[in-house]
Amino acid sequence: MPAVTRWFIKSSLVYLAVALAFALWLAGQSIGFAVVPGLSPVFFHFFLVGWVTQMIMGVGYWFFPKYSPEQPRRSERLGWAVFGLLNAGLLLRGLAEPLFSSNAAATWRTALVVSAVLQWLAGLLFVVNTWERIKER
Amino acid sequence: MPRFSVWGTRLALLYFLAGFTIGALILINKAAPLHPAIWSLLPLHIEFLLMGWIVQLVFAVGYWIFPRFKFEPKRGRPGFAWVALGLLNAGIGSLTLASVSGQPAWVLIGRVLEVGAVVVFAAQLWLRAKPTETGVKV
Repeated sequence: MPAVTRWFIKSSLVYLAVALAFALWLAGQSIGFAVVPGLSPVFFHFFLVGWVTQMIMGVGYWFFPKYSPEQPRRSERLGWAVFGLLNAGLLLRGLAEPLFSSNAAATWRTALVVSAVLQWLAGLLFVVNTWERIKER
Repeated sequence: MPRFSVWGTRLALLYFLAGFTIGALILINKAAPLHPAIWSLLPLHIEFLLMGWIVQLVFAVGYWIFPRFKFEPKRGRPGFAWVALGLLNAGIGSLTLASVSGQPAWVLIGRVLEVGAVVVFAAQLWLRAKPTETGVKV
């Protein structure tokens, strides 16, 4: 299993645990836990992007058909770029969205825009690095 | 990777990119409003990523990696898998039309097509969920 796959998988497991902790907190708001504005979309995206999509990316990088004998996983550098961009973007959103929801300061606006761009770039590079590996053999 | 899985995975990647693009636009629009209509793309963002990306990828990869039969067709009848893929994409297309046209009838049609896709695909894959090679002919 390649190193980048191990990082994707272990990170995705951490996101799952954190997402479920957020779900617990959201459920607890009905019995007096502090209301955190913007926590609900962060929960959904930590679960579906951080856990589900990141697990698919990591396993796909490892498991999809080889690109070539010399470059079985096409570009390792792109694989790390996807990992870095996705996690930077998602963590920035996790921080900025609750803060923006309670205080729409320019800092948090900018952080949300940057987080969107980082995650989109990760998605684009993942498709670029994967597309030609999806082939008949 | 069989041809069905190539098509399914590539379609899933296209929906993934479309869903991520819409999601990025919605998030940017939340912080720096671009256009009031962008928020109305939320159902498409969810549909593309849950059905177009995740469910379609599961169809494609499941057909590829599940245990094969001893006899041809070793992955079961491919026609069923193609019908399921067609129904799934027709369903997503109908839900896209619903989102664009605002006609709720397309939502109903889309969901019927998606349920049909899942039933047909489950029937196709059912006997391949097995512990060892059984040699069952289909």
